[in-house]
Amino acid sequence: MKWPRPNNMMLQVAIRFISLIIFAFSIYLFLAGHNNPGGGFIGGLMTASSLLVLYLAFDMKTIKDVIRLNFTVFIGIGLLFAVGTGIISMLFGYQFLKHFFDTFQLPIFGEVELTTALLFDLGVYLVVVGAALTIILNIAEDEK
Amino acid sequence: MEILVAILIGILVAIGTYLLLSKEMLRIILGISLFSHAANLLIITMGGLKTGSPPLLSEEGSTFTDALPQALILTAIVINFAVTALVLVLSYRTYKKNRTDNMEKLRGNEHE
Amino acid sequence: MNNLVVLPIVIPLLTGMLLILFKQYIQLQRTASFLALVGTTLVHCLLLFEIKQSGVQAVQMGSWPAPFGITLATDMFSALLLLTSNVVALICLLFAFHSLSAEIEETYFYSLFLFLITGVNGSFITGDLFNLYVFFEVLLIASYVLVSIGGKKKQLREAMKYVVINVLSSSLFLFAIAYLYSITGTLNLAHLSVRVAQTGQDALITAVSLLLLIVLSIKAGLFLFFWLPGSYSAPPTVIAAVFAALLTKVGIYGIIRMFSLIFYHETHVTHLFIGILAALTMILGGLGASGYGDIKKILTYNVVIGAGFILAGLAAFSPEALNGSIFYLIHDMISKALVFLIGGIVIHLTGTTKLEDMSGLIRTHPALGWMFFITILALAGIPPLSGFIGKVLVTEGTFVSGYYWLGAIGLLASIMILYSLLKIFMNAFWGETILSVEEEKGTTKGLMLPVALLTTLTIVIGIFAQVLVPYVDLATYSLLNPEVYIEAVFSGNPIP
Repeated sequence: MKWPRPNNMMLQVAIRFISLIIFAFSIYLFLAGHNNPGGGFIGGLMTASSLLVLYLAFDMKTIKDVIRLNFTVFIGIGLLFAVGTGIISMLFGYQFLKHFFDTFQLPIFGEVELTTALLFDLGVYLVVVGAALTIILNIAEDEK
Repeated sequence: MEILVAILIGILVAIGTYLLLSKEMLRIILGISLFSHAANLLIITMGGLKTGSPPLLSEEGSTFTDALPQALILTAIVINFAVTALVLVLSYRTYKKNRTDNMEKLRGNEHE
Repeated sequence: MNNLVVLPIVIPLLTGMLLILFKQYIQLQRTASFLALVGTTLVHCLLLFEIKQSGVQAVQMGSWPAPFGITLATDMFSALLLLTSNVVALICLLFAFHSLSAEIEETYFYSLFLFLITGVNGSFITGDLFNLYVFFEVLLIASYVLVSIGGKKKQLREAMKYVVINVLSSSLFLFAIAYLYSITGTLNLAHLSVRVAQTGQDALITAVSLLLLIVLSIKAGLFLFFWLPGSYSAPPTVIAAVFAALLTKVGIYGIIRMFSLIFYHETHVTHLFIGILAALTMILGGLGASGYGDIKKILTYNVVIGAGFILAGLAAFSPEALNGSIFYLIHDMISKALVFLIGGIVIHLTGTTKLEDMSGLIRTHPALGWMFFITILALAGIPPLSGFIGKVLVTEGTFVSGYYWLGAIGLLASIMILYSLLKIFMNAFWGETILSVEEEKGTTKGLMLPVALLTTLTIVIGIFAQVLVPYVDLATYSLLNPEVYIEAVFSGNPIP
């Protein structure tokens, strides 16, 4: 029996906004991570889900044409960031994974505390986005 | 409170064991994941279920919760997440290739 | 502080993830992974000499002082295992270049292999119980994929069981960690040792230590080895060889570390229990090895016997016995990889795993046959090969400690090993040649070099065992005197 094709116009229009909102919130969560609840893992999952709702609302092919990214590469780059931060402190003669922080005056944002741990978190973020999307898309693509 | 959680952990382990002993792959996967949830709950309970302020924010709170178990289960949950994803994909592939999800039939025999 | 300790983890990890980005370039992947392992091997040599000169090396990650941060520490015991495991991995990698299909090589084989090595090295180095769990997971997740890589029917089937068993044992590991944390309030191995020594090892701590023993024995193949023959016979030869050489050894390392550094107060309970398990393992493994007529099954049961024998040395818990265990551990890593590789070549040539279907390979492949013969002698413990000194010391140690039955079963197991492997030799290499060179299912091109290297290694270690003695003595000394390890980890800071 063939189901009639549902009309998901509303969903598709709404998802465009919702996805952006989720994405923005995920970035907030990622940056809040150092001293508040949040961080690379949660931010990464959130970003992955913001992309996934797009895949849900539209079909795989459409989104594949729009987002031409190989998410597996994200895992490699992310791990590189994470271990890289550890190694950099080693190159300066400190112990592995030693982290540094300082406060900076940035335009618009005002006084911001930046840490090298943020770079590590960025690595985690990229790994989580890459891994979550790779897993889910791989299973989804196999449906034939 | 600790006793209630301990009972909960016991129930989770019991259900997990029951599911693990069944034949269908998906039930087994659910069983392992319940098992790991029980382990995570146990870790957080072992740190003490205190209602204090989170340990990160400031030095103002008079009571604070032990941060280490939280860090531990965060790691454990992430690992569990990855492993569960892997097992799901693996079981799906096994099902496709062997055309059965019954572990009894996946026993493996000498002549193949 | 010595950042050299971090390199064995960082080098393979970094290379592995760089290689994720270069999926298609097989030649690059081969060269890079080879160079990475050469690099770690060099680092391990440096570490070995550093430890010989200035004692246990420790690093506090992120500069958090000892019990609060994560500690990485290597003593002589772990340095020896690190060096051996990486040399074996390097040689297996050479074998992989010539034996794997391009399809497997392209599905991230080298990245996964390097992640596996990261996990193995990390488990040997780490000085924190939870971190040990994490590194176990790293190597296990890599191994889950490696078991199923290629995606044959049998592989997927066995991988499923392998994964379920190991995930379950990892959950039990978490249970043990949680109990231990609630009793002692710490997870740093050195700190745990101090706390357990302070409060005394009461019945509760002993019970938790036995839970930990169960978890680690599933991984080490000590008594709970029911999963091992299936999963180790499914993947391609080189992967099975690496598993046999390294994975169970990591579990054995965990048991030895736990029961020499932390739980050494109630030896009449815990170590006797280990002894009983070791004896049962050797008996059951011996029966399995001599009963089956399938090369892969025989070889996997030999892995089990090896695990039992090494832990018999721990059960005796005397300097001689531990010396023997360490010697045998080094020998076992090399010779198990070797025997798996040779078995793999035989299967590759004949296209079958059944002993009754093969015969007379010695005429067409004399070098392979004689190298297999040397390996048999080494595994059975004939002097002057590498298995001899370990076997003598472990047996002597068990006799000195009064475990006569354990020593006797160990010797009996050696005979079983000899019988099971001679059965392969007689059936596969001896007899009438039924397979001419043209009829063979594969070639040995490029596969003989790694086998020859490993054979040379067993001979060299056997003959020049004297050179190794001071290192092994030092390793045993640090195992029997936990203060040495504790002092290096805390490096003079007050112990809270």
